[in-house]
Amino acid sequence: MATLHVNIVSAEQSIFSGDAEMVVVPGESGELGILPQHAPLLTRIKPGTVKVTLAGGAEELVFVSGGILEVQPKALTILANTSVRAKDLDEAKVMQAKQAAEEALANRQSGQERAVVQAELSQLAAQLAAIRKLRK
Amino acid sequence: MAGSKEIRNKIKSVENTRKITKAMEMVAASKMRKAQERMRAARPYSEKIRSVAANLSHANPDYKHAFLQKRDVVRNVGVIMVTSDKGLCGGLNTNAMRLMINKIKEWEGANAKVQATAIGNKGLGFLMRYGIPVVSQVVGLGDKPHLEKMIGPIKAQLDQFAEGKIDVLYLCYTKFINTMKQETMCEQLLPLSGDKLGAPDSSWDYLYEPDAKTVLDELLERYIESIVYTAVAENIASEQSARMVAMKSASDNAKKVIGDLKLTYNKARQAAITKELSEIVGGAAAV
Repeated sequence: MATLHVNIVSAEQSIFSGDAEMVVVPGESGELGILPQHAPLLTRIKPGTVKVTLAGGAEELVFVSGGILEVQPKALTILANTSVRAKDLDEAKVMQAKQAAEEALANRQSGQERAVVQAELSQLAAQLAAIRKLRK
Repeated sequence: MAGSKEIRNKIKSVENTRKITKAMEMVAASKMRKAQERMRAARPYSEKIRSVAANLSHANPDYKHAFLQKRDVVRNVGVIMVTSDKGLCGGLNTNAMRLMINKIKEWEGANAKVQATAIGNKGLGFLMRYGIPVVSQVVGLGDKPHLEKMIGPIKAQLDQFAEGKIDVLYLCYTKFINTMKQETMCEQLLPLSGDKLGAPDSSWDYLYEPDAKTVLDELLERYIESIVYTAVAENIASEQSARMVAMKSASDNAKKVIGDLKLTYNKARQAAITKELSEIVGGAAAV
């Protein structure tokens, strides 16, 4: 029987890679059963369990917290999210990051200016050059 | 023998310093290996998402996402600066800051305003002191960076781009080439150029669920996130290898200093013995 090359990857690691006879994926608009020679398809998937039926008939279950499913006739790729994503959750993260930046700005020392930093940096660069010369 | 005790103390203190730098060197070496593994682990995702995005943008020439559109006038520049949280890693952060200063000068020379996102403590401090507005930041990522923590800061810049508050977005980080070599980079992130996506492996159109636009939007956002994540992973590997090299040379220097001090100490000791002997001989002769 024809098989399908399955890759489940997340941004931080590769989760699963191998050949399968069938894959069941929690698609956004319902469960999808993908067999080899499926038409090219691209869809978002919901958080849930991906069931991979391996060539021998054994089953492998992988939990994904949403992501994108890409189907090609002989290959299937799931680009899994590393965590559950929701629009408002993302929004909250943006707010958090902004707040942190504003707080840091409020705490920053006022006396320090560009020129000081530049002077510091050029000094460091000179030091670095000197060290390099010494080493030669 | 007035000087000998001081020299002995000095030798001891340098020896202690050497122990610390030696330990830091070994810790950095093992962390570097792990950081490299993480860097490699991130590769399949970024390659896959890149090829899907390339396929998509070729298959859908009619739908142009905002991220793909080039803007004629650049008035506002956004930059994501990736640095380490801790120091003692040689010239890593200094080099990144120097590149940043040059770039900022270049942008401001072209009459563009700059705003930044800081990933890492050192870069944050630098941007604050340099007076660049920081729109979002994340510090304290540790040795195992998690994408989850970076989503917010990255999205802040992407939103700004989508709203037209910035016209171009850059990413600055230190690329890991090998243990001895790291290179400071400043790459354009947005708008995405077609060359960066590369040619598609094959050309076909997909069936989309629910529709092409939604999928493409999400895909491009994930793609940018994966690029930034990879940059952070590379930066950590660079940090650890730079630290390893810096600590190795510090240990070597300490060894040299100890050698010099021991020589001085022995000379002083010998001089004292000679002096004592000649005093005894002189005393005996006087009797």
